[in-house]
Amino acid sequence: MAIFGISMTNPEHPANIIYSKNKYHYQTKIYCINPSGGTFRGEKVYTGIKEIREHIDVAVLVIRSDLIPAILLECIDAGVSGAIIISGGFSEAGRHDLQEEIRQICLEHDFPVIGPNGLGVFSSPFINTLFFQDERFVKPLEGVIGLASQSGGILVDLMIRFTQEQVGLSRALSIGNKAVIDEVDALRFFNSDPRTKVIGIYFEGFTPLRGRDFIAELKKTRKPVVLFKAGKTPSSMKAISSHTAAIAGDYFVFNEIIKGTDAVEVTTEPDFLSACEALSYYGLRKLDSVAILTLSGGHGVIASDYFHQLGIDVVPFPDPDSRELRDMLSVNIQEIASFSNPVDLTGSASDEDFIQSAKYILQRDYVDGLLVLYLPFIPKMTSSSLPWRLARLRSEYDKPIIAYVPYIPKFGVFIEGFEAHGIPVTHSIESAAKMFKAIKRKK
Amino acid sequence: MKKRCLDILEQSKSRGWVLEPEAKEIMKLNGLHTCRNWWIKDAADIAALKKQFTYPVVAKVISPLIMHKTEKGGVIKNLNSADELTAAFKKLSSLEGFEGILVDEMISGLEIIAGAQDDPQFGKVVMIGIGGTSVEIYRDVAIRLAPLTENEALRAIESLRGLDLLTGYRGAVPVDLKALAGFFSRFSKLVFNLGERFKSIDLNPVMCRGEKILIADARILL
Repeated sequence: MAIFGISMTNPEHPANIIYSKNKYHYQTKIYCINPSGGTFRGEKVYTGIKEIREHIDVAVLVIRSDLIPAILLECIDAGVSGAIIISGGFSEAGRHDLQEEIRQICLEHDFPVIGPNGLGVFSSPFINTLFFQDERFVKPLEGVIGLASQSGGILVDLMIRFTQEQVGLSRALSIGNKAVIDEVDALRFFNSDPRTKVIGIYFEGFTPLRGRDFIAELKKTRKPVVLFKAGKTPSSMKAISSHTAAIAGDYFVFNEIIKGTDAVEVTTEPDFLSACEALSYYGLRKLDSVAILTLSGGHGVIASDYFHQLGIDVVPFPDPDSRELRDMLSVNIQEIASFSNPVDLTGSASDEDFIQSAKYILQRDYVDGLLVLYLPFIPKMTSSSLPWRLARLRSEYDKPIIAYVPYIPKFGVFIEGFEAHGIPVTHSIESAAKMFKAIKRKK
Repeated sequence: MKKRCLDILEQSKSRGWVLEPEAKEIMKLNGLHTCRNWWIKDAADIAALKKQFTYPVVAKVISPLIMHKTEKGGVIKNLNSADELTAAFKKLSSLEGFEGILVDEMISGLEIIAGAQDDPQFGKVVMIGIGGTSVEIYRDVAIRLAPLTENEALRAIESLRGLDLLTGYRGAVPVDLKALAGFFSRFSKLVFNLGERFKSIDLNPVMCRGEKILIADARILL
């Protein structure tokens, strides 16, 4: 990797930060370039790309925007494979001409470029062009979710959220002004990337007609895709001479067309995280009806309401099954618990009641998934092996289990237990229901 | 695209929209059915055709100067005899640019709306919804990229919140969803094949009753 724009006078210049973090924490060999030459932190500073004898896979450009077209041509001439343009000062600043110039250079020479006006690429342990000091940023966990974002700021926000929730990333891509590489290319890349199992994309709009290419690519994609599109204000429809045009605003059309695909569309950052996380565990699957296993009636009712709103059935159990379940459980709860759906074991239930109920429920062929509303403060909920035992049932019956656990640090042992054994945990019932919605394959 | 369709579009280009009988002709030439209709240019023709009509009928003005017929008083409904139709002809003939009337049979059934437009993000898209308040107030429509297979068209129809209205709500005659999906799929293919030749199309209403899916009004903007 060659980085253009190293500053000899400003240690906090983005190019210097990118250089330092990649030099010391990532595996890609890095060269720095400044026309003045000299040394930087004991390393030779090259005066130009042609001075470097080795093949350069990627040039990272953190220089004045008006210098970029010439530098791109030099990189192309030197046989560099592609570039990331961090610099701003293009169409976002009214310089559409400059952006068009670099686009034409890249198209003419078949030279892939990410940006401009973006943060570039995070792909641990190889490369990280996000220009933040490591000590002032989270360290994303390794995982299977590939993120692409039109906004660098939102990408950072998402990376923080994912890391805080212990959800790992395969790679992250900030496409910025998308002069050349855009969300369609990102989708195509992640679909073929062996490290990525779930693709999450944040974007604000397509360039003209590019939405059609995006849908075509989406139909080819074998992996679950979560889309978060901002910019929902309906476009002004001046002449209402056409009924169709009056109904179909930009976002409305997008939203409707996405409904005809398998992609999951979300409208908030928390929902984006939940959907990506749930899909990373379970992928898309048939999910017509779920069962709720709770230790509190109120929690069960709230969960039922959310499922109803989301179009997922919470089917009451047939009476014989309810009776059979009741007879299996502790005598002290047989007269006070509810054994239909939601199954409310009450605050008197034990770990064993919880596990036996989960097993019985997962065996029912009319149940496609199980939400457990787990309250660690219930006196007889004592066993830290409960998450592991539930995880074993999930594997045995191949049905998704999602756990709601209220968050206080003391419950960490349970929360980590669920996550360590492959059961996603949320701290809101609504989010748990939305996770099921995300994994439900559309008909 | 059949030559007659291309000719109609070419001849309508300077006007910016296609006259209703010709818009309906384009639909018919592409396998979509319309309510039975007659373009009457002379009141004397009413007497000659009167045995063909099944009353009630509706009379609509045909004028290259009037696209929004209802707003200009160019639509007279519930005509039950040749005399009433003749009177309607006379009344409508006073409207600007009068080139005759279109006599449409009035069909009962569930009203749906279908449409197409050239979307800046997606290109040609098609829309289907249940007519009246479902579309206008609740925006209960499905929009998809053209063209659609019959299966994709069916899935789009099944995504409508008001699907129950199509499947025989409160004892109404159910609409044959397969027939409707076939109609929507054929329409989407027409839209795709029209390519850059139009800006938007409204089929509003389309009357549905059992297997019958009949376009009652068609508007093509160029």
